[in-house]
Amino acid sequence: MELQEFIGKFAEQFDNTDANEFKADTEFKALDEWSSLYALTIIAMVDDEYDITLKGDDIRNSETIEDLYKVVKSKK
Amino acid sequence: MAFLEFKNVRIVGISAAVPKKVVKLRSRNSGYSDEEYSNSVGVKETHVDDSFTTSDLCYYAAEKLITDLKWEKSEIDAIIFVSQFPDYILPATSPILQDRLGLSTECYAADVSLGCSGWVYGLSLISGLCNGSIKKALLMAGDARRMQDQKDPLFGYAGTVTAVEFSGGNNGFDFHFGSDGSGYDAIIIPDGGARNQFTAESLKVHADDDGISRNSLQSYIKGMDVFSFAITTAPKSIKKLAGKHSLDLKSVDYLILHQANKQINAKIAKKLDFEQDRVPESLTNYGNTSSASIPLTIVTGIGKRLQNESKRFIACGFGVGLSWGSVFFELDHCFISSLVEV
Repeated sequence: MELQEFIGKFAEQFDNTDANEFKADTEFKALDEWSSLYALTIIAMVDDEYDITLKGDDIRNSETIEDLYKVVKSKK
Repeated sequence: MAFLEFKNVRIVGISAAVPKKVVKLRSRNSGYSDEEYSNSVGVKETHVDDSFTTSDLCYYAAEKLITDLKWEKSEIDAIIFVSQFPDYILPATSPILQDRLGLSTECYAADVSLGCSGWVYGLSLISGLCNGSIKKALLMAGDARRMQDQKDPLFGYAGTVTAVEFSGGNNGFDFHFGSDGSGYDAIIIPDGGARNQFTAESLKVHADDDGISRNSLQSYIKGMDVFSFAITTAPKSIKKLAGKHSLDLKSVDYLILHQANKQINAKIAKKLDFEQDRVPESLTNYGNTSSASIPLTIVTGIGKRLQNESKRFIACGFGVGLSWGSVFFELDHCFISSLVEV
């Protein structure tokens, strides 16, 4: 599992934010398009793609996409 | 490994009652529009009217079903009432329903406090009771008059009745159950019970982690935790049940899921390889109706056509507790009453 691949899959979940805006250090909760509904979409994506169950706190305690990537990786 | 099997028992009829009054879904958060919210959770409207308690709705549904089935009230030997919104803290609501329905004072009556998993749990209890000495029984399940007004727009009111009968030779029900109380606060009304008794403080409004303001008599939901619990636990429970009984899920006509949220249910169905037409829903027009959601979905999503057919079902309830249960059963010429709107 690679960081770039994770960022790509993360970006795919968003309709109105340009894919180029998603970087390892992007603070995803600060994105204009972000809402708590996207948290569910991200949990679903991680479950689908990596077979990992994220908890609410995993999202809450992650600031950047890389933070979340590390959480997913640690649960692998 | 909570697997259970009850033979010689079957469901002969199902009914449901909802308030006539329809409430359109409104977003509770300024971060997204009403429409975005509605599309995401899958609820367009709910039926909500504080003139009715859960037991009122179950009463109307029971009167309708008893009439439709032409049951004699004197033959009904047991009722179980599943709800998290009983009429009083005490007494239990089931004896009140026994009296209101004019059932015999020899009737076995008990309440069960479970939510989303409640119909499946209640069905196991009532099928365990229908062993021959008890022949006809009613499982009543639902929630209404929640202490929450507009704060939880996803929840609709409904009361349902499932008529269960001793039936020699019938295949009955195969169940799988689970509980995880470590998630007790994932969905919780913190105050008003014995742990945190009601005080003036209980009415103070606080903002939760998602920025939604509620008082301590209204339900708090950790949405993300409930979501991840549901999309993982429900499919696992159903797979365990199918594995235990060497049941091919392709041979199941309908998967009836607790109506939690569109994304959750779509994920569960996808994981189990059920196409949309085998997964009826009631979420769009009735919202999340807690323990009523499975029978309400059968009444509104499949309905009358079950009367002349035999169909195989898997139903799964999951949520508050945390608690979950799955059941496999057949409905053979089962009477489905038309929806009661009061």
